[in-house]
Amino acid sequence: MSLFILVLLPFLGALLPGILDSAGRRVCAGGTLAVTLTALVGLVSNLPALMAGEVVTARIDWLPALGLNVTLFLDPLGFFFASLILGIGALIIVYGRYYLSRDDSMGEFFTYLLLFQGAMVGIVLSDNVLLLLVFWELTSLSSFLLIGYWKHLPEGRQGARMALTVTGMGGLAMIGGMLLLGRIVGSYDLTVILENREMIQDSPLYLPALVLILLGCFTKSAQFPFHFWLPHAMAAPTPVSAYLHSATMVKAGIFLMARLWPVMSGTEAWFYTVTTAGLVTMCLGAVIALFKHDLKALLAFSTVSHLGLITMLLGTGTAFGAMTAVFHILNHATFKAALFMSAGIVDHEAHTRDIRKLGGLRHLMPVTFAIALVAGLSMAGIPLFNGFISKEMMLEEALHTELFGPWWLVPALATFGALFSAAYSFRFIAHTFFGKARDDYPSKPHDPGTGMWLPPAFLATLVIVIGLAPFLVEPLVKGVTGAVLGGVAPVPDYHLAIWHGFKPPLYMSAVAVAGGILMLLLHRWLQKAWDVTPRPEAKPIFEGLVEAVAAFARGLTGRLHDGAFTRYAAILSVTILAGAWHAYATGTVGGATRAMQPAPVVAIIGWAMLVAASGFLVFAHRKRFAALVLMGIVGTIVSVGFAFFSAPDLAMTQISVEVVTAVLLLLALNLLPSETPRESGAGRRLRDGLVAVAGGVGAGALAWFLMMRDFVAAPISEYHLENSYYGGGGTNVVNVILVDFRGFDTFGEIIVLGIAALVIYALTEALLSGPVRARLLDRVPNAPLAGDRHPLMMVVLTRVAMPLILMVGVFIFLRGHNMPGGGFIAGLIVAVAVVMQYMASGYAWASERQRFPYHGIIGAGVLIAGLTGIGAWFTGHEFLTSSFTYIHLPPIEEFEVASAAAFDLGVFLTVVGAVMLSLESFSRLARRSQSTPAEHAMDIDPSRGRGDAGLKGGA
Amino acid sequence: MELLVASAIGVLTAAGIYLVLRLRTFPVIVGTAMLTYAVNVFLFTSGRLVVGAPPILTDDATRYTDPLPQALVLTAIVISFGMTAVVVVIALGAYLGNDDDRVDDSAGRLDAARKGEGRQ
Repeated sequence: MSLFILVLLPFLGALLPGILDSAGRRVCAGGTLAVTLTALVGLVSNLPALMAGEVVTARIDWLPALGLNVTLFLDPLGFFFASLILGIGALIIVYGRYYLSRDDSMGEFFTYLLLFQGAMVGIVLSDNVLLLLVFWELTSLSSFLLIGYWKHLPEGRQGARMALTVTGMGGLAMIGGMLLLGRIVGSYDLTVILENREMIQDSPLYLPALVLILLGCFTKSAQFPFHFWLPHAMAAPTPVSAYLHSATMVKAGIFLMARLWPVMSGTEAWFYTVTTAGLVTMCLGAVIALFKHDLKALLAFSTVSHLGLITMLLGTGTAFGAMTAVFHILNHATFKAALFMSAGIVDHEAHTRDIRKLGGLRHLMPVTFAIALVAGLSMAGIPLFNGFISKEMMLEEALHTELFGPWWLVPALATFGALFSAAYSFRFIAHTFFGKARDDYPSKPHDPGTGMWLPPAFLATLVIVIGLAPFLVEPLVKGVTGAVLGGVAPVPDYHLAIWHGFKPPLYMSAVAVAGGILMLLLHRWLQKAWDVTPRPEAKPIFEGLVEAVAAFARGLTGRLHDGAFTRYAAILSVTILAGAWHAYATGTVGGATRAMQPAPVVAIIGWAMLVAASGFLVFAHRKRFAALVLMGIVGTIVSVGFAFFSAPDLAMTQISVEVVTAVLLLLALNLLPSETPRESGAGRRLRDGLVAVAGGVGAGALAWFLMMRDFVAAPISEYHLENSYYGGGGTNVVNVILVDFRGFDTFGEIIVLGIAALVIYALTEALLSGPVRARLLDRVPNAPLAGDRHPLMMVVLTRVAMPLILMVGVFIFLRGHNMPGGGFIAGLIVAVAVVMQYMASGYAWASERQRFPYHGIIGAGVLIAGLTGIGAWFTGHEFLTSSFTYIHLPPIEEFEVASAAAFDLGVFLTVVGAVMLSLESFSRLARRSQSTPAEHAMDIDPSRGRGDAGLKGGA
Repeated sequence: MELLVASAIGVLTAAGIYLVLRLRTFPVIVGTAMLTYAVNVFLFTSGRLVVGAPPILTDDATRYTDPLPQALVLTAIVISFGMTAVVVVIALGAYLGNDDDRVDDSAGRLDAARKGEGRQ
């Protein structure tokens, strides 16, 4: 099976449990199991190629410019881990089917489990380190979901958060490390990185890369001082603990250390960091495990300890150490997953996993007892079980490892760890299963159904088979070891066997087992001593740390982001100015390459008007109506300026936008106070003035520098000018750019415009349905109302003008492709024509005569524009490619029909709809404040008391 | 002529920044409108100033101004109208809801709200 399918299968399969959930628990679990088994079969189908010494690869270039490609490869190491992930995964699914109660959502659980499985398979098969990082983060996320699966338990939520924080931080460090590694080698492909041992180890970046990558590995694999999250993750359902937190996810860090072993190991930095961390973790975890009363906590610390052991073995940097590590990964996965499942069974049946409330279960649960006994003795390192063989090899390796001087230090610590390991294994068995049967169990324990004990029994069988006949797995272990070593060192010529003769490891082992038995006998007193010894607790320290960081962040945000908008605006302006000044002061600017053009008198007059209007605006801005008039002057000059500088389309757009903006702001001012009070003191005004002048000088200077220099590169406009007529079918290049060359931009822009109008409509609706409505109704107008609400002159004028303006609009629209005009401008003009009717005769009168809702017009516009674009697909072109032809109908002149015109029609409709919807919303706000809606087109305000019926205009 | 346009951009920007730094919503809206003029004219000038050569293809024209900045500014003008309208309706809503058109949130009130959140 292709590696792509192998990685994708669990992700795609993750959709199944959710669908199958309603079909019953059996179907749901069956579907999940089928996915995993299919992947497992697919994995095994690659075995012949691997046996022949090949490396199976698959590659898709995804973002080659970033070096991010989907490249997968399968070598013995990847195969080994993938089969652990999928094999144990299948057992866990069977076990989980029976473990979960009827109240638990099985679909959700198996969805998360398959997501996790896919992410893990992705890690071990990735050939690209960036891809690996993506999968790495995915395992953290899916592990978060799984630990917090029982959302109602606070321990579950806290444990999930802690695991995510610790492994997530490690993941961040790892990203940095991997990027450094890729930078050293110049490639992000693992296969390339693995071939450059010298280049990496000689690089000055080796040490930072090593530290960052190890941070990622140590957090993931719970190495001291990051070991504390793993026991808290035990709040997860037991299948999760057995799967993620003993057999697979916590081994991801170890996998990566093994994967990078050929290029990272063998240096002093590697040796001292990894070996020390492993050794400390091994001893610490073993000691704590002995004194835990919760079965799962005991197993969790035991897992921490064994992960430390494997880490230490990888740290020694010898081929034999690597081989032992590989073998122990296999052994640990078998016996620890079986132990977790047994603990889960005990918890499931006896309703407690507190070892103090248990004991004497061997007669009540004989099957479970047998499984736990086999797995537990293997963990203790008793001969004839697989744990014994790898422990012997570990002790052998420890004998040859010298750390910090004294030769006996590592062997002594290794024996110490093995001793406690034996002790807590014995305690696990003895205190749970031996002793007298009690009558105060929370629930009467008995063996579970076959489905629940079969998976751990299978693993226990493996424990015995490997323990009795280790030569069966020797080819596997040696093959994987070869992949770990990567050709740096030869695979050691060592045979996995139960008996190696009377040698030091055997004596150390004997000491450990004897000491373990002694510890078990003395446990009651040791426990008392342990309980009175003060120890630092990881959880409060961690939470205190998180709380401190959060408080710091809150304080910083509160100080910087205190709700004062003007402060942000000032900070923003000054920052931009400072950045611009820095660029100006440090950069180089060439001399002027263009001559200044002479200014005609009319231009100087226009300039003077603009400057004067802006100046008055600043000084008189408190009078809001005056400010509006002055703004109108500025806008008019700007549009005249556009016309003057060869931009007729811009001029027309600007002047029509001026009109609708003025109407809009007038409507707003109808409701807002008409004057701004003087609030800021002289100092503040001076400060703002200085910032403003500096900004103005900066912007002006930038424009000046720009205009006095030629284009740095030939503008792409040359292309537009050349192809506008022959390619786009129009002579107005600006319009052709809008509807053709950059039609996609325009399409996006009209959508934004439509959304803005809908937002305005929605906000108005929200305002009118809230308490504001009453306020508006009771409003006292700012100024005395005019006597005639709908003046006769204005009504007549707008009625007469309407058809004329509409005709102008149509004309502007039709000629837009070849002469100044087009959909935007025509839309604005038509909107002005309609809005004039609202102004003249009031909202109620006008909206009664308006038949199409403006939302619909916006929607139709976007739809027409979109469909025009899609139409190009049918002629085999890209989205929005326009086509045109010339048609000659006898009575009329020859004219052009272009698909761009349909697109422009969409633009036109959207603009009309958006402008009208916004203005209509505003006028609805204003309308509420009036006493009675007008019934007639022209009328006189009756409240003025003139009451002359003759002046009332007939409708 | 370049000097006139550049100084006009400067004046528009200065007026815009000054008004944006005021304390009430209406001057801030007018200020952003002024900044919009400044930015649009600035973008337009990136095509350089050309008199009497509109980008309308004719047989007897010898030169054309750069059409691309014009196309970009045209849509910018229309979009800025939409954005102004949104800001105005937000300002109106704030004023009508609280009888207050200040743009600055009072710092004390905000801190109290934050502390309330923190306790939950």
